[in-house]
Amino acid sequence: MNVEWDWSYSWDILPDLLDGLRYTVIATLAGYVIALVLGLVWTLLRRSPSRILNQTVRWITEFIRCTPLIPQLYFVFFVLPAWGLTIGSLTAGIITLGVHYSTYTAEVYRAGISDVPKGQWEAATALNLPRSRVWLDVVLPQAIRRVIPTLGNYLIAMFKDSPYLMAINVAELLFSANKVGAKTLQFLEPITMVGLLFIVVSVISSILVRRLERRYATN
Amino acid sequence: MADVLDSYQQWLDGAWVTIKLTLLGGALALGLALIFGLAGTSRHSWVRVLNRVYVEFFRGNATLVLLFWFFYALPLLGLRFTTMFAAILALGLNVGAYGAEVVRGSINAVPKAQYEATVALNFTPYQRMRRVILPQGIALMLPPFGNLIIELMKGTAIVSLVGLVDLTRVSKNIQGSTGQTVAAFSMVLVLYFVIAQILLLFVRYAERRVDRMLGRRPSREPSLGTIAAGAPGAGVGG
Repeated sequence: MNVEWDWSYSWDILPDLLDGLRYTVIATLAGYVIALVLGLVWTLLRRSPSRILNQTVRWITEFIRCTPLIPQLYFVFFVLPAWGLTIGSLTAGIITLGVHYSTYTAEVYRAGISDVPKGQWEAATALNLPRSRVWLDVVLPQAIRRVIPTLGNYLIAMFKDSPYLMAINVAELLFSANKVGAKTLQFLEPITMVGLLFIVVSVISSILVRRLERRYATN
Repeated sequence: MADVLDSYQQWLDGAWVTIKLTLLGGALALGLALIFGLAGTSRHSWVRVLNRVYVEFFRGNATLVLLFWFFYALPLLGLRFTTMFAAILALGLNVGAYGAEVVRGSINAVPKAQYEATVALNFTPYQRMRRVILPQGIALMLPPFGNLIIELMKGTAIVSLVGLVDLTRVSKNIQGSTGQTVAAFSMVLVLYFVIAQILLLFVRYAERRVDRMLGRRPSREPSLGTIAAGAPGAGVGG
């Protein structure tokens, strides 16, 4: 074991890490798409006049939001096959990450919708717009505009939670770093490189989100 | 299901590890959040830089990467921790960075007139903080802190990947020994949910107390501000 930083070793393991980064990016982006769509579905279902439906949705989302990702990953990866639905680990990871974060995006959409001024609803009613147009042309465009920066923050959060996927052996960034570390017994370089990469990506993307905030600022 | 319930002693031990990590990590996070959050409201720019460096470094990193770093990399530099301590450090430093943003945002959100009034009344800086600014700031901090303690509790599941036997690890062990996959993994999710609901009861109680102390009526409507403040990747405006 060495204490010195080994530059040639860092250079050698770079391809392995980039390979892992590919899975990290795929899982984050695919999960994000699920989170964006499913979150909106949760929000709309919660506004349903049926008390049974909206309370059921409320408790399902609360349950998913209050339980950790790693046991959720185990649940999806090991329990679904027991029910006869076999899926790969990357697919399981994407689904879990997406469904988990959909409960967060649902809250964001909900807050965005309640931030749309009441006058907008009243105006839509006064103009006798059909319900579908009230939502598609009046409420959602304004609500989504307000929540774009917050949704951007959740993309960063999902990126930072993607290492959890190593729990079900998805070959993402940290998994790859751990693997090369275990092979050579030199953990310092791979883990530090992964850490630096996370910081660089997060800092750059939070600057971008702050730009979005300024651009979409409402008042 | 019966096999899974028979192992209740293991479940209890695992739950205790999870709760211990949550409470100790939470205490560390709270301390760091207050120190670095207040540093972020300082008049001296070098103190504010301290806040920025801490927040960007520990918020920008994945908790699991931090834990691996404390667990695998730092021992090579001669720093050795027990697994438990490494985990508390990783969780506390990470959640503390989110907390520091909450503290900074909440203090900055206290109306400026309050500060001016304390100056007019010739309060010392300590009295100003202790008697006027902080009590009002705390009312704003509590809801996002509630979100953060749940995030921290969920974050403790990472220790199962470095060999500590917490709830998640127990579920994996029991699934391995009994073969009851559905029961074991359903059970663990339910237990986490129960712990989260108990934590939320304490948070609600604290919120009610602070609201009563300030003579306010608690509002239940979600607003974008509070959600953004508690978000795992979010910063508070201001």
